[in-house]
Amino acid sequence: MTLTALWWAVVLSGVYHGVNPGMGWPLAVSAALFERKKSAMIKALAMLATGHFLAMIVILLPFSMMVFLIDNEREIRICAGVLVIAMGLYLLINRRHPKILARVHPAKLGLWSFLAATAHGAGLMLVPIYLGICGLLRPGESVLGTGQAAAQELMTNNVMTAFLVAATHTFAMTFAGAVIAVFVYAWFGLKFISKSWFNLDLVWALSLILVGAFGIFSALAGHH
Amino acid sequence: MNKPMKPDPTFHASAKLAMEAPPENFAFTVMLGKDQDQHDGIAVIDLRAGSDTYGEIVHTVMTETTGDEFHHFGWNACSSSLSPLSGHAFLERRYLIVPGIRSSRIFIFDVKDPLKAHIHKIIEPEELFEKTGYSRPHTIHCGPEGIYVSTLGGGGPEGTDGPPGIFIMDCETFEIIGQYEMDRGAQDKHYDFWWNLPQDYMVSSEWGLPPQYENGVVAEDLLSNKYGHSIHFWDLRARKNIQTMDFGENYQMALEIRPAHDPTKSYGFCGVVVDTTNLQGAIFTWWRDDDGVWQSKKTITIDPRPEDPDNLPDLLKGFGAVPPLVTDIDLSLDDKYLYVACWGLGEMHQYDVSDPMNPVLNGKVELGGIATEHKHPNGKDFIYGPQMVEISRDGKRVYWTNSLYSTWDNQFYPHQEGGQMVMANVADDGSFALDPDFYIDFPENTRAHQIRLEGGDCSTDSFCYPSV
Repeated sequence: MTLTALWWAVVLSGVYHGVNPGMGWPLAVSAALFERKKSAMIKALAMLATGHFLAMIVILLPFSMMVFLIDNEREIRICAGVLVIAMGLYLLINRRHPKILARVHPAKLGLWSFLAATAHGAGLMLVPIYLGICGLLRPGESVLGTGQAAAQELMTNNVMTAFLVAATHTFAMTFAGAVIAVFVYAWFGLKFISKSWFNLDLVWALSLILVGAFGIFSALAGHH
Repeated sequence: MNKPMKPDPTFHASAKLAMEAPPENFAFTVMLGKDQDQHDGIAVIDLRAGSDTYGEIVHTVMTETTGDEFHHFGWNACSSSLSPLSGHAFLERRYLIVPGIRSSRIFIFDVKDPLKAHIHKIIEPEELFEKTGYSRPHTIHCGPEGIYVSTLGGGGPEGTDGPPGIFIMDCETFEIIGQYEMDRGAQDKHYDFWWNLPQDYMVSSEWGLPPQYENGVVAEDLLSNKYGHSIHFWDLRARKNIQTMDFGENYQMALEIRPAHDPTKSYGFCGVVVDTTNLQGAIFTWWRDDDGVWQSKKTITIDPRPEDPDNLPDLLKGFGAVPPLVTDIDLSLDDKYLYVACWGLGEMHQYDVSDPMNPVLNGKVELGGIATEHKHPNGKDFIYGPQMVEISRDGKRVYWTNSLYSTWDNQFYPHQEGGQMVMANVADDGSFALDPDFYIDFPENTRAHQIRLEGGDCSTDSFCYPSV
């Protein structure tokens, strides 16, 4: 797995999240129609993006902090893979929607987006890809040694990478959602919402399992 | 539960899209037993254009129990599912939740195939009492946290131990979750409720407590203004009463709440059965002002009709007049026409409410009524008066039935008996008239109450996107 391929995975998972109406683009259309101005759509998209970005980063950051356990890097990657598979299996068995989401005020799109992404394991889906990128970014970890300065640098790099992965993913998601929202607002009309909505619950759960399995496989195969 | 791959085709993002959808193929009308020894049920009525059995009851499902007294009912899912906020885009509009207002038993009917409609689940009263402390379930709406059900009674045999309120049911398993309210404020009676989901407000109304209606209207309570006369505004998701609005104690029985269907609008209507100072019926328009405070104004009054006491039931003899008795109202999906049932007068009024602050009477149909007993255009009698009214999604057909509530039917129309459903056609210019060929007599020993149209109607679906 090359670095380019992994970055493409970050982008494509973003597009995948973005085109799904369940992740929020119809709310951006609704906001523009409610306030009768296009700027309301931008504001709504920004709130959705902020919530989604935060949902990614709160999952990725803890993994980037685990740099001090670097000797167990393979174990971390296997554990992460197992965690992602477990989330996928949970969503496969429990198809219920988390009730807490229904209590969020409709204007608090950022909070809603954060909770929706978290509840569906959207952040977890990025973890195996992120760890793969981190591995490839430091091919000579043994050369760096285990000194304090080296570890510090590694951690800084990993944190930077976490932000970059979350930002790239969120940008791709927001861009994809925005394109659809603009087309629906300007040309397709509201009918497109029900016409284009597919039940991705099963596909989503299977995606998590697939990504988790990839994480474990690449860790065991010695890939970085 | 296996979920479909696409949203239910009867879910529409906006009220405008719902109006453009194909017309209804079936109606479901609740039948309540003539008295408490009879069974209740659902009648399935064929409305398929060109069908040999058009306008006939083609299937009935009866309960095995007696004394349930069906009244209002609703769907397990509606167009509100199309908001991503709901998280329930793939529910099916398939089940009718039908409470027994007298027994507190709740029936779930599976009507996926209307001709094979059957009872899917029964929730016994004890479960409701235990999990909510409420009794006498009534109005159903599907919303953010599941299915919301209003109740008319609290605990205890009389339903007067604690206030009535709303409880929530799981929208997939139909398990009762519990009470809705976290802060009910001054609310101590209940009847109807509805909301504006994107604006996150709910409005609820008041009829009376069970001892005030179960054995008939209590004249002393009515004349001393002890029935409900307030409506309550709620922060829907915070489950908190934010404002109680008292119309004035003479406005007895503030019943149906009809918010504008377009969610960008912050107004709606409430029908009041009788003004005890002059026997008028009244409609209030309520709205939110620029400061976020709820306001209301009486925008429609309907006068009583003087009548020889000899022609009046005992309850009304002393007044020498027939009160209009505004018992149901319904708003078309374009928010243009408000239909007002005057159950006492025997009239169905149609108001143009394009300007909600200045409704204009646009049309009127006379049918049945106390002492008048207007006949149907087909020459037959119409029992009681126009009562529960339902409008087709496209606004072109208006259906109504005749029964109010078993014991009240007997008080206001002591010598009549029977269940009926009729339809009026609405022309492009808004004028409306009864269809002489649409007239359904309900089976013996049953009364006819609320109507639900297959695919949704004007008092079920909540829309989350503006009508543009």
